[in-house]
Amino acid sequence: MLRLEGLSKRYRTGDEALKGVDLEVPKGQVMALIGPSGAGKSTLIRCINRLVEPTGGRAILDGVDVTALGSSGLRQARRRMGMIFQEYALVERLTVMENVLSGRLGYVGFWRSWFRKYPQSDIDEAFRLLDRVGLTEFCDKRADELSGGQRQRVGIARALIQNPALLLVDEPTASLDPKTSRQIMRLICELCEERDLAAIINIHDVLLAQMFVPRIVGLRVGEVVYDGPADGLSPDVLTEIYGEEDWAATIKKDPDEDKDGDGAEDSTEEHMQGLT
Amino acid sequence: MTVAAPTIGRRWRKPPLIRNANLRWGLYIGAAVYFILASYSILADVNWLRVYEGLPRGAKFVGGFFPPFPFANIIETGGFEELAAQRLIDIGDGLIESLTMTVTSTVIGIIISVPIGLGAARNIAPMPVYLFCRGIIAISRSFQEVIIAIFFVAMFGFGPFAGMLTLSFATIGFLSKLLAEDIESMDPGQAEAIRATGSRWPQWINYGVQPQVMPRLIGLSLYRLDINFRESSVVGIVGAGGIGSTLLTAFDRYEYSTAATILLIIIGIVFFAEYSSGKIRARLQ
Repeated sequence: MLRLEGLSKRYRTGDEALKGVDLEVPKGQVMALIGPSGAGKSTLIRCINRLVEPTGGRAILDGVDVTALGSSGLRQARRRMGMIFQEYALVERLTVMENVLSGRLGYVGFWRSWFRKYPQSDIDEAFRLLDRVGLTEFCDKRADELSGGQRQRVGIARALIQNPALLLVDEPTASLDPKTSRQIMRLICELCEERDLAAIINIHDVLLAQMFVPRIVGLRVGEVVYDGPADGLSPDVLTEIYGEEDWAATIKKDPDEDKDGDGAEDSTEEHMQGLT
Repeated sequence: MTVAAPTIGRRWRKPPLIRNANLRWGLYIGAAVYFILASYSILADVNWLRVYEGLPRGAKFVGGFFPPFPFANIIETGGFEELAAQRLIDIGDGLIESLTMTVTSTVIGIIISVPIGLGAARNIAPMPVYLFCRGIIAISRSFQEVIIAIFFVAMFGFGPFAGMLTLSFATIGFLSKLLAEDIESMDPGQAEAIRATGSRWPQWINYGVQPQVMPRLIGLSLYRLDINFRESSVVGIVGAGGIGSTLLTAFDRYEYSTAATILLIIIGIVFFAEYSSGKIRARLQ
């Protein structure tokens, strides 16, 4: 579904952020991208929807080479790629509903979006998604009135209303507390399963990645150094990705141990563990 | 290996702004000497005896402003009531002209400033557009209102039309520059998220940029409205219509009490405009 062929990025400063990354993500697969700060995780997912222009290689989504598209083709390709951000990146002075509907901008004309006259089908879908993420009654609140976890839910709804085939998720939990982090990761993975969505999730919490995501790719200074199942992360592999450190406490030992820390009210949703 | 300095009793001072001691003291002393010499050269030209002799005449001049009502000091002598009423009508006409100039020029200025401001923001405009728009701003800002007013009065004749053009032109430089600066300091994350949805450029501006700069744009527009009223009385003095022209006429006729009336009205309106625009701007944040 998504195939990266030798994708590379050299910034004008000369820094080589990506050194020819080859990667294939099949339909419906959730993949975590781990690696130290500066490894190129953010650059990688931004090169796929060309928020950052790659300097070499190709990114092929459903048979279309995104790197070769002109501006109108690129806009159409971006509609198929929902993006979720670390600092939520909601437009703070717009309402929750406007933020969610902004995910439809690629589909509606300028005047419709200017007067906020979206087709009823879009509004129905927005309410359905807000209901799914549990924020229906917040639809007319301004985005900056919400808490971090609530904002990220709005961000998820905005990405999903694009009707994407692929989610690009950039550090979804880095600004959240541990409990909310788990809830958000669980929500993203559940939604991907419900809608048969592929996802690339940048994350630096290795434990969280192992808990929710079946496939893990390790990136180190712009190169893929690990690509395998979540339980294949050994101290050696982590040292390869991050460098020397005592990894004993970072690696998931037994799936049952992690459940305890999750809080009783979440235990019903624990079937997500089946994905990992 | 260097020997570690003792950590107890070691002195610390904030490093001076200018590191080089000679340069630092040279600048301080140079500035002080220049100030003394400059003040001396101005004060030396003043003839203090003449200043003393002129004081009563100055007092008489200032006294002419009181009481601040047209012909108030001679109104009892009969016949002047009609003239006084005429002056009040003149003042009213001048005020209406000034306010019309203020409102129209502010609205026209805002309409033209928005596209120029967008073009002058480095983070959203391509280089040629950026340079063009910054050029317009630089031209608009490099001339003082009075100079532009003289130019437009020469071009279009006396009257409020020249004044309106002057104020619109000055508004463009002011608003575009500050709007562009606000756009340049916006949060790029929010704009990036809108771009990632596949939006068109105008949609991106409407959703990703406009909500971030709107409160400041409204605040600046209100601020400019109140600047434009003040400037409208200044440009009137060079013939561009409005209350400034009325004020100039009053001085030309030595009708100081009429002038005082006008000055008090201007002060009142400026005070009111500043107060209310400040209130509105505070609520917008």
